[in-house]
Parts: sequence; structure tokens; C-alpha cells
Amino acid sequence: MAATTLSITVNGEPHELVIDTRTSLLDLLRERLGLTGSKKGCDHGQCGACTILVDGRRINGCLALAVAYDGAEVVTVEGLRDGDSLHPLQRAFVAEDAFQCGYCTPGQLCSAVGMLDEAARGWPSHATANVAHDPDLTPQEIRERMSGNICRCGAYPNIVAAIVDVAG
Amino acid sequence: MRPFTYERPHDVASAVALATGSAGAKFLGGGTNLVDLMRLGVEGPDILVDVSRLPLDRVEETPDGGVRVGAAVRNSDLAAEHLIRSRYPVLSQALLAGASGQLRNAATTGGNLLQRTRCSYFQDVTLPCNKREPGSGCPAREGDHRNLAVIGWSEHCVATHPSDMAVALAALDAVVETSARRIPLVEFHRLPADEPQRDTVLEPGELILAVELPPSPLAARSSYRKVRERTSFAFALVSVAAAYDGSDVRVAFGGLAHRPWRAFTAERAIREGAGFAEAAEAELAEARPLRDNAYKLPMARAAMVQVLEELAG
Repeated sequence: MAATTLSITVNGEPHELVIDTRTSLLDLLRERLGLTGSKKGCDHGQCGACTILVDGRRINGCLALAVAYDGAEVVTVEGLRDGDSLHPLQRAFVAEDAFQCGYCTPGQLCSAVGMLDEAARGWPSHATANVAHDPDLTPQEIRERMSGNICRCGAYPNIVAAIVDVAG
Repeated sequence: MRPFTYERPHDVASAVALATGSAGAKFLGGGTNLVDLMRLGVEGPDILVDVSRLPLDRVEETPDGGVRVGAAVRNSDLAAEHLIRSRYPVLSQALLAGASGQLRNAATTGGNLLQRTRCSYFQDVTLPCNKREPGSGCPAREGDHRNLAVIGWSEHCVATHPSDMAVALAALDAVVETSARRIPLVEFHRLPADEPQRDTVLEPGELILAVELPPSPLAARSSYRKVRERTSFAFALVSVAAAYDGSDVRVAFGGLAHRPWRAFTAERAIREGAGFAEAAEAELAEARPLRDNAYKLPMARAAMVQVLEELAG
């Protein structure tokens, strides 16, 4: 095994760790730090259950080698709430019944947080008719932008509704 | 996954030296394809040379009015760049048609060019594959090749190149700048011939530094059309990148070949007055579809006609 040291901040808490270079960010969170909110679905970047926020951007934790993220600030579903208050997206997911089994939900939530930030910065998407202009975040835009998160229970209509609630 | 040592050099010269010094070295960008292939056992580098933090993360106008895109620029950042959205919309559209929001946030410009085929035989180490293990054979030719090549393939390999971005770059006459030289994008990826293990013309240790887009008034009227089995987050069956201003034209296809397929024959035909469908037929005349993928030919023709008619209208 090739070991290396890693400094990483997770949900505001700094960590210094010695890790195997092969460790994914997802496995680091789940196996080393006990943060099992982020889920391992496919482990190939296809399902989105492992979506986390790294330096504010949503990525697949399963395809990220932890060693490449030395110095990064990571936020997982456990870090979305503000004190005792759920994140507005978490409240909207409850209000809109946006899950059934819940396995994909942590990834859906982190992905939606990152996606709303991208939309606020005017990023276009594949659903944008004219990429030269900043698009409005319509339900069609939300569905396209959330396509990296699979929900096998098929809660998609309610997930879109919850995100619409927060996006306003 | 095989064990490896990890290096994060601070400059290009050190990165090239590290990768040149070891046959088992691989450059690491966003890792969205390489890490997956390492997990599958398809790739097993001894050394990973992380180039994602090298100072290659700028999108800049060039003195001649073109744009230079650093190799470490993330796919999502490039797609969102206003210079690209207004002057080269086909590139923004192609990037946004690829992968998912999460993957685009990690994937780099250089890494996108170097992603490997998604041919299922290549990705399964229990099966023969000439690209993964030269000389072992190509079961895809007689097997599951519904989404593989229809043009430019060889008896050794019928894989397709999976990138959307590269198809737009092929239509835009982009140039790849490496640590050693400048390579036109249309010459950067190879046809398989008898060396399918080589996807590109890069030499060992050669590092992509940037992609340059030449100035092109034509490119402002450009578009990307991707045909796939679902609306989002799927690889292309067929795709078309095109620019057209009523007289001059650029066309490239994705999903048809081992490299982005620049349609020089169709472009010439259109400039000489041929209709779009006729020009597409001329381009695809040399195609040799496999048993189960002849559907790609009418699909490619229809997609090309549709994109050009929209740009003309």
C-alpha cells in the first residue's frame, strides 16, 4: 500500500489523516470519518448517490481520489443544516414528499444545493434554448440539471417540486 | 485497484519529467474516467501525476481574436464561459450535452480529449480486447456493437470515441497545444488501424497544455445536436457539430468512428452547391456499418440536415 498524508476540512471540521492513495473521497467520509450520509450506489459516477460539495461545487465522491483533494473544504448532507434548523431544501423535500426509500436523497440534496448555485451564476444547461443568454430555472431546466442523480423509486416529480419551492 | 504512488508537481516541466521517467505513469486530471477505469482494472498506473492544479486553468482571448483554453479548465466552467457561449456556442452546447453536472464540475479539458471508449468489451477485463490487450482479439465485431463504429474502423477495433466536446472542437478547427508541439484537433485522435491501443498521436510523457480556438466569424452561427437513448446523461448514438452562414460550412460527427469525424467531403459538396442530404450521403458513402448498427447512417444524415437547416433558417 502507498500511504500519504491528507489535510481536509469536512463540514467545518479539520482533519489530518494518513490514507492509502487509492481511497476515494466517498470511502474516506464513510469508512474513516463515520459520515455515512453520502451513499455508495454504483461507485462509477452514474447514479449520483455519493454527490458531495467540494469547495462549493457538486461532484461525485466515488470518482474523487481523496489524495487529490488535499486542502479542500467538503460539505456532506450531514453539514447542510444550520444548527438545529434543516436546510431549506431538506424542509422542502419533507414538505413535498420528495423521496420514498431515501437512499438517493443525500445525493439529491447536495446536488440540488450545488445546482442552485450554478443557476444563480447564470450557467446554461442542455435544456437552455439559447446558451448566449442566462436562462430562467424552469422545471425543465431543473430536470436536466439534476439528471446525474438517479431515483429508482421514481420520486422525480416531487423532487422537482421541492427544488422549485426553494428556487422560487 | 492496483496500488500507486501519487505525485503533484508544481510546474509543467516537473510533470513531464515525472511521466517521461516511468512507463507506468499516468497524468490525472479530474479522474472521472481514469479512476473508474482503475477501479475496473482496465488501467493500473504505478504513478499518478496530478496535473489538475497546474496553472493551466485560464480561458483567455488570444491576440488574433481566438480563445485559448487551459487544459485544466473544468468542463462546466468552459461551458459557462461567456466568450464561448457567444462566439462558439457549439462548444458550450456540446459540453452541456455530455455527462452530468457533477461530472462536468470535475472533468478537465485535457482529460475530456483523453477519455477512453465506452465499448463494453474494453471495459470488461474478463473479455478479449485489442485496445486493452493488443493481439487478444475483438469480440465486438461479431458481438454487441450496436453503438460502435460505422466508419474508419479496422478488423482490430470497432470502438467509438465518446467525447461530445471533441466533436465541437473538430468542427471549430481547434489546435491542441502540448508540452512538445501543436496538433490540429482533427489529427489528434487516431483511427484504430493495427494499433487500436493508441487513441491519440501523443507520445509517452507528452502533456496537453491548452486547446486553441482560432478566430471564426462562422462559429457564432454554430450548433450541436446529440441523438441518444434518453434525453440526458447518456452517450451519443450519433451527434453533429456544425457551423453554417449560408455559404461557408463546418461539420463534424460524433458516435460514428474511433475519432471525431470531420466531414470534409460533405463540407466541399455544400460549398459546391449540393443539398444537405446529398452532402451527407457523399460523406457517408465510405461507411461500412456492422451487422447491428446500420441505423446510424440515416440517423447521422437526418441529424446533419436538421442542424444545418436550423442554422440556415
